[in-house]
Amino acid sequence: MININNLNFGYSKHKPLFKNMSMRLSNGHIYGLLGKNGAGKSTLLKNLAGLVYAQSGTLDVMGYDPAKRQPALLEQICFIPEEFYLPSVKIDAYIKANAPFYKNFDHNYFADLIKEFDVPVEQKLINMSYGQKKKVIIAFGLATQAKLVIMDEPTNGLDIPSKAQFRKIMASAMTDERCIIISTHQVRDLDNLIDTVIMLDENDIALKATVEEITAKLTFKKVKEIDDSIIYAEPSLSGYNAVMPNYQQEESKLDMELLFNAILAEKIKFKPLFS
Amino acid sequence: MEFNNNKAIYLQIAEYVCEQILLGKWKADEKIPSVREMAVEMEVNPNTVMRTYELLQGKNIINNKRGIGFFLADDTIDQVKQYRKTSFIEDELPNLFRNLYLLEVDFDELKSRYQTFVSQNFNA
Repeated sequence: MININNLNFGYSKHKPLFKNMSMRLSNGHIYGLLGKNGAGKSTLLKNLAGLVYAQSGTLDVMGYDPAKRQPALLEQICFIPEEFYLPSVKIDAYIKANAPFYKNFDHNYFADLIKEFDVPVEQKLINMSYGQKKKVIIAFGLATQAKLVIMDEPTNGLDIPSKAQFRKIMASAMTDERCIIISTHQVRDLDNLIDTVIMLDENDIALKATVEEITAKLTFKKVKEIDDSIIYAEPSLSGYNAVMPNYQQEESKLDMELLFNAILAEKIKFKPLFS
Repeated sequence: MEFNNNKAIYLQIAEYVCEQILLGKWKADEKIPSVREMAVEMEVNPNTVMRTYELLQGKNIINNKRGIGFFLADDTIDQVKQYRKTSFIEDELPNLFRNLYLLEVDFDELKSRYQTFVSQNFNA
């Protein structure tokens, strides 16, 4: 689905964001893109969607170069940015103007999603709250039936019931033909939806592994005391939340926040485990 | 569903399925929710549910009828009990033994408490 080869990118010449980054992504997965503020999550997503252009290296998205912005590719990409602008029209007018760009646009599905998300159809988009606007563009994006779904912080601004609806909608939107990439800081909102973790740090990919691979190699658990086997630990009420090599083939639940902090703190120890 | 943090999600979903079977909510030979339906209900990745269903298939608790869906095996209750018994003996019993030993609970006391518990909860 996506092939990134030796990507170099930066907004200024002196400050590269990605140095020789390479990665392959395939359909049938929900990738969770993690990284500190400024690590380049949104920028990587924009590279894939053809909104910014690589300085060198190649990007192949479904056989196209996204920088060429060919309509045949763009109609297969659903991009939900974190910041967006919606015009002063009602939903009907918005659909009339924008749906024709996507030849597989599913109007019934869009209506179902809007109903499920409880978005008022009579209100002008510009007067809606941020959360309501977000629900409109998520519904629109999924109704395009695009094969590549890119979402930048999709749960930001969603209220509590909407987050649960969002998880249900994404669980049903994930098909074998689709590749879904979600960048997020709100890992607790989404951790059970993500099957592969991609973590950006220091101009490159610090980790790309499926949840299954991660929990086969590492175990996440509460311990009373710290010993040498522990790679990283954080104090908790009853001891420590720890990450350690999975010697006993335990089937623990991946703690994504702990993994994130562990990789930032102990990058060198993780490298040999996931190479 | 509320998941706890102690065990992989796919195993927690397997326990949920086993519980539906033992409680008689799902019956032998019946079709069970599809991977997608289950993923939506649990708000998890469909690949996770697939992993659960593969596990349960390996334990002969469910069968995959190609093109139709997943069904409970005819002897599903026996298979569930066997699966749960193994995981109980491996995962929970050592903890119980440890406490029995540390707290010096003898087998006679344990036996009478067990019998009281069964008669109070299951009218056996």
